[in-house]
Amino acid sequence: MIRNVLTIAGREFRSIFTSPIAYVVLTGFLLLGGWFFFNLVARFNLLVSLYSSFQQMGDAANQLNLNEFVVAPLLQNLAVILVILVPMITMRSFAEEKRTGTYELLLTSPIGTGQIVVGKFLGAAGFITIMVALTGIYGWILVAYGNPEVGVMLAGYLGLLLLALALVAVGLFASSLTENQIIAAVTGLVMLLLLFVIAWPADSAGEPVASILRYISVTEHFSEMVQGIIDTKSLIYFSSMVVGWMFLTQRSVESIRWR
Amino acid sequence: MIEVQELTKRYGDRVAVDGISFTAEDGEILGFLGPNGAGKSTTMRMLTGFLPPSAGSASVAGYDVVREADDVRRHIGYLPENPPLYPEMTVRSYLTFVAKLKGVARGRVRGACDDAIERMGLGDVAGRLLAHLSKGFKQRVGLAQALVHDPAVLVLDEPTIGLDPRQIIEIRSLIRGLSGNRTVILSTHILPEVSQICDKVVVINEGRVICEDSRENLTKDATLEEVFLRLITADTARRESTAQPPEGAEPA
Repeated sequence: MIRNVLTIAGREFRSIFTSPIAYVVLTGFLLLGGWFFFNLVARFNLLVSLYSSFQQMGDAANQLNLNEFVVAPLLQNLAVILVILVPMITMRSFAEEKRTGTYELLLTSPIGTGQIVVGKFLGAAGFITIMVALTGIYGWILVAYGNPEVGVMLAGYLGLLLLALALVAVGLFASSLTENQIIAAVTGLVMLLLLFVIAWPADSAGEPVASILRYISVTEHFSEMVQGIIDTKSLIYFSSMVVGWMFLTQRSVESIRWR
Repeated sequence: MIEVQELTKRYGDRVAVDGISFTAEDGEILGFLGPNGAGKSTTMRMLTGFLPPSAGSASVAGYDVVREADDVRRHIGYLPENPPLYPEMTVRSYLTFVAKLKGVARGRVRGACDDAIERMGLGDVAGRLLAHLSKGFKQRVGLAQALVHDPAVLVLDEPTIGLDPRQIIEIRSLIRGLSGNRTVILSTHILPEVSQICDKVVVINEGRVICEDSRENLTKDATLEEVFLRLITADTARRESTAQPPEGAEPA
């Protein structure tokens, strides 16, 4: 059973790496990440020199910290970019197989649809994990040349990774609905953006709607982790997102047997 | 062997396969014959466990296609109409993937792939990407994936479609070589194919079996072409005469 999952995952992972989409996405992600990082550091530098040029504000300069002014906004920006790029990676997973007919091979093999879904998730998650891990270089630069709070930063990166995995699960679901990659990508993107902004009306809505919206929203849990808070509530949220969307994906794959 | 009883597939109101029954013994090559849209692919998809039947039953290699679907999938090799290939993989890595997927034991995966590569004459292209193969070779890889796990039953959906004459001859002789004690069922609308490789013929039209017989019996006093046309025309005429007149039609 685990062998089946790994067989699917291995093929998925390798297939992502042989597609040009992966390299375009990876390059774009790192390019934008580098641009954000450079600008945030430059702004931080300016603030530090401004503040310390006034003697009476010497104290204020000490209160500037890398976590708040560089790491947190960097992670927030990377999260938005992931929302846009993850669907580009996941759009192929089911849609492409349906279009080329390899879907028939998978579904006429003695393996469960659940195993197919988990395998595909692991394959895509592997790639996304590498993408997120590569942005760790910015954190490493900060540690090497500055003094950020490493714990807070690591919590933030963990949050980014968990967020990315949840996005992958949603993207897979979108891909399982169609045999058209563009539709899969757009559906995934729209669903993810909705999940991102779903808490917007929370401030004006009364209870209990407000807290429900806040709980569903990816942003709330992610922001907490970026501030260095690893709450079990957030961990449960992200894992239930992954499991829940994978379950829906499995249902969607299985649904061919109901028609 | 394959036993099909009253197998039916409905899509909403449309009946794609309408209660068909036939059997194929071990070692037999059964030709599944019919015009385009007669329900050949749908039947095959039900036999391979890709689609569930709406009614009726079928057993493949002794397993029921609904209740023991995974056992059926383990003992069946299936070549869909379009060979299910991943263009970015090499022939060997693709066959290795399929062998693992079909549950070939860990230690035997390599041997099974070597076997399939040799039988299908793919030795020279084993390291090539599937995207770069000619159509004939793609079809051979399709056959190789169907038999990599040494299944008792092979289901081939129009295995020679779109090939040039030389490739068609090659594929046919490969299929003949495959039978042994396997049951092979292949669908086609190319009649010479049936007369050349099949032992038994099942003709279907608009979702129903209109003839099930051995090839020798069918071709005793007419060519297969004549028999086929006679059957299809008679069946279509019978259907039209028994069909209900459209609602609101003037009584005669």
